[in-house]
Amino acid sequence: MIPLNYYLLLSAFMFCVGVLGVLVRRNAIIVFMCIELMLNSVNLTLIAFSSYLGDSTGQMLVFFVMTVAAAEAAVGLAIIIALFRNKRTVNIDEINILKW
Amino acid sequence: MIFDQVGFFVLAAVAAFAAVMMIFQRNPVNSALYLILNFFCLGGLYLTLSAQFIAMVQVLVYAGAIMVLFLFVIMLLNLGDDKHLREHLGTRMYVGIGVSIALVVELVYLFLYRSGKLAVQQSPAAAEMGTVEYIGKVLFTKFLFPFEITSLLLLAAIVGVVILAKKKIAE
Repeated sequence: MIPLNYYLLLSAFMFCVGVLGVLVRRNAIIVFMCIELMLNSVNLTLIAFSSYLGDSTGQMLVFFVMTVAAAEAAVGLAIIIALFRNKRTVNIDEINILKW
Repeated sequence: MIFDQVGFFVLAAVAAFAAVMMIFQRNPVNSALYLILNFFCLGGLYLTLSAQFIAMVQVLVYAGAIMVLFLFVIMLLNLGDDKHLREHLGTRMYVGIGVSIALVVELVYLFLYRSGKLAVQQSPAAAEMGTVEYIGKVLFTKFLFPFEITSLLLLAAIVGVVILAKKKIAE
C-alpha cells in the first residue's frame, strides 16, 4: 500500500507550484489557473485523509470546494472580461487603478 | 499490490510534470491544456483512494466545465500572441521562487518529520464510502443544510456573472 505521506507530499508540491505561478506570472488568466491548481491540491489532501481515516466528511468538503471553485471561476472570468473590455490588457501589472 | 504503487507513481509524476509545465508556458492555451492533464491525473489518484464519485465529478466538472470556460475566455480575449503581454521578470521572480522553495521545504519537513504517526494503509471502511449511493445518503441527511446553501451560492454567482459581463447599454 502507499503511505499517506506520499499523497501529502504530492499535494504540497502542487500547492507550491501554484503559489509560484501566482507570484511570478503576470497574465491574469494564468494566475487564475494557478489558484485552481492550489484548490485541487488541497482537495487531494482532503480525499487522502478521508480515505485513510475512514471518514466521509473530507469527500463532502471536496464536493463543496468544487462548487465554490466553479462559482469562483465564473465570477473571476467575468471580471477578467470586464477588465479587458476597459483596459485592453490582462497583464496584472498594468491593472493598477486601485493603487494609490 | 505492486500494480497500485506503479499506478500511483505514474499518476503522481504526470500530475507534478503537468503542474510545472503549466507555469512555464507562454501561451495561455497550452497552460490550460496542461492544467486539464493535471486534473485528469488527479481524477485517477482519487480512484486509487477509492473515491469514485469525486473522481467522476473531477473529470466532468473540473476538466470538463471549468476548463472549457477558461479556454473559451482565452479565445474570446484573443490572447494568442504574447507580444503585448511581455512579462517583466525581475526581483519579483526571485522573491516568488524563494517564497515557493521555502514553502516546499517547510511542508516537506512538516509531513515527513513533524506529522507524528500517520496511517500507512487505507481504512477498510473507505472502500464503500466513495460510491454515489453513500455520498448521496450523507449529502441529503447530514449535509443537507450546506447543500442548500450551495444553491444560494450558485445563484449569487450566476447573477453576479450576468451583471459583470453585461455590456454597457447606454454610453
